[in-house]
Amino acid sequence: MNDYFPPGLPLPSITEDTRPFWDACRRRTLSVQRCTACGAFRHPPAPVCWRCRDFAHEWVAVSGRGTIFTHAVVHRAFLPALESRVPYTVVLVALDDAPGVRILSNLVEARPDQVRIGLPVEVVFEDVTAEVTVPRFRPRPEA
Amino acid sequence: MRDAAAVVGLAESEYSKWGTLTRCTEYQLALEVIVAAVADAGLTMDDVDGFASFSNDRNEFCFVATDLGVPEVRYADLTWITGGGGACAAIGNAAMAIATGTASCVVVYRSIAMGQFRRFGRALAGDVQGVRPLDAALGFALPMGVLNATIGMALLVRRHMHLYGTTTEHLGHVAVTFRRHANRNPRAVMHARPMTLADHAAAPRIVDPFGLFDCCLETDGACALVLVSAERARDLRRRPVYVTAAAQGTGPRWGAGAWAMHYMPEEDYATGNTQRLGRTLWRSAGVGPADVDCAQIYDHYSGMVLLQLEDLGFCPRGEGGPFAASGALAWPNGALPTNTAGGSLSEAYIHGLNHVVEAVKQLRGTAVNQVSDAELCLVASGSGIPTSAALLRR
Repeated sequence: MNDYFPPGLPLPSITEDTRPFWDACRRRTLSVQRCTACGAFRHPPAPVCWRCRDFAHEWVAVSGRGTIFTHAVVHRAFLPALESRVPYTVVLVALDDAPGVRILSNLVEARPDQVRIGLPVEVVFEDVTAEVTVPRFRPRPEA
Repeated sequence: MRDAAAVVGLAESEYSKWGTLTRCTEYQLALEVIVAAVADAGLTMDDVDGFASFSNDRNEFCFVATDLGVPEVRYADLTWITGGGGACAAIGNAAMAIATGTASCVVVYRSIAMGQFRRFGRALAGDVQGVRPLDAALGFALPMGVLNATIGMALLVRRHMHLYGTTTEHLGHVAVTFRRHANRNPRAVMHARPMTLADHAAAPRIVDPFGLFDCCLETDGACALVLVSAERARDLRRRPVYVTAAAQGTGPRWGAGAWAMHYMPEEDYATGNTQRLGRTLWRSAGVGPADVDCAQIYDHYSGMVLLQLEDLGFCPRGEGGPFAASGALAWPNGALPTNTAGGSLSEAYIHGLNHVVEAVKQLRGTAVNQVSDAELCLVASGSGIPTSAALLRR
């Protein structure tokens, strides 16, 4: 296992609605729900489209590229497991090819002082347990 | 329901740092402030027929009513408006219950002894392995180390800094101003602790852009308010403080709020989620921001006060920082003396119900930092979540 965090962080609750997202992560694919009636993307996963209220949807594999919309650097260990891990960087990533979708994640392969709004990033996947893989993001060369 | 109901009684327990209020249980604190608030109004428990609270208060009305021997409860409400967003919603709901005749005397209370249960500044507990919508949403936050509101609100404020040039010094003006108010308030937890802008800047980082003094206190305490109809209020011993308007709600796709969810439209990001209910508030009260004499604004984080000031129209969008730096929030000479008892940053964290208590004191004319001739006070509850606000007047 290789992860940005040491063991001890909460694992995601995987529900009927969110399972396809997490299954795709295990296949190293970032996947976003899209309404098949109106085409609106949505995240987090939900049973119904917020725009047209249609219940039919599909899962779309996206490139995993995006830009940092905002960020926070966590200096205080809010869990004992994080005492040796602070500071760490939380980022909110706006995905390039899923308009309106933002994903909370972490900036890996970069120091906290390298984070900035607008930074282009790409997804990487980290296995947290044998069953759970989590998307993180790393800087990518400016296009 | 404009001015149909009035606050006629209030009470507060002692406020102290989390874990230091050990003389009784959180539940007893709730009972004590309810009894004291009813006595302050000159009423008895036989007059009380309603209870309202918020944020899953553990001290449920049915036990309170039983243990205080209330003969008949006709209204009980725990609002769905999230966490500290619910304080003014509880006040508004109590006023609605009175305005409709559902109840005649409603006690609004909140008791929150963090030392006996959970410190809000710590991480949310354990794995969240349920199948509620909230559990699913937290699966996209907790594994990424987004473990509490401090991190979620830091994301909003960082975006605000990027868009508008807000600085950490602007945040410092908020924190230092409220601390100065607390330094004159003997009830405030930080009463004896002066703070300068330099102290603020030198404080340990918690979640950048927030340092220690940008984050609210974690405390033990309780407070309660008693509401009756305006007509009945005129015959009671305290000067009535009328609920001129109350508004509650949330904007599109805000979910449970920015402590965990960040999927609202881009134009909503870097707001406090109070712009819409603010418009409702002004419209239903028939007044505007310029009519307000003082404000009590939920200050879980210094920067979030700036977002609410903008949302509510006290300054243009993006100018909350310079507005605070101008001294506008300071008692006694600022344009809008705000959090005149010290707020959650420096008085106590009673989940924003102490902000309502301070508004009532201002309008009774009994505040420690009294705004002269205060007639109209705005109270805004938690920001960045589904929330509420109220306008009180004397």
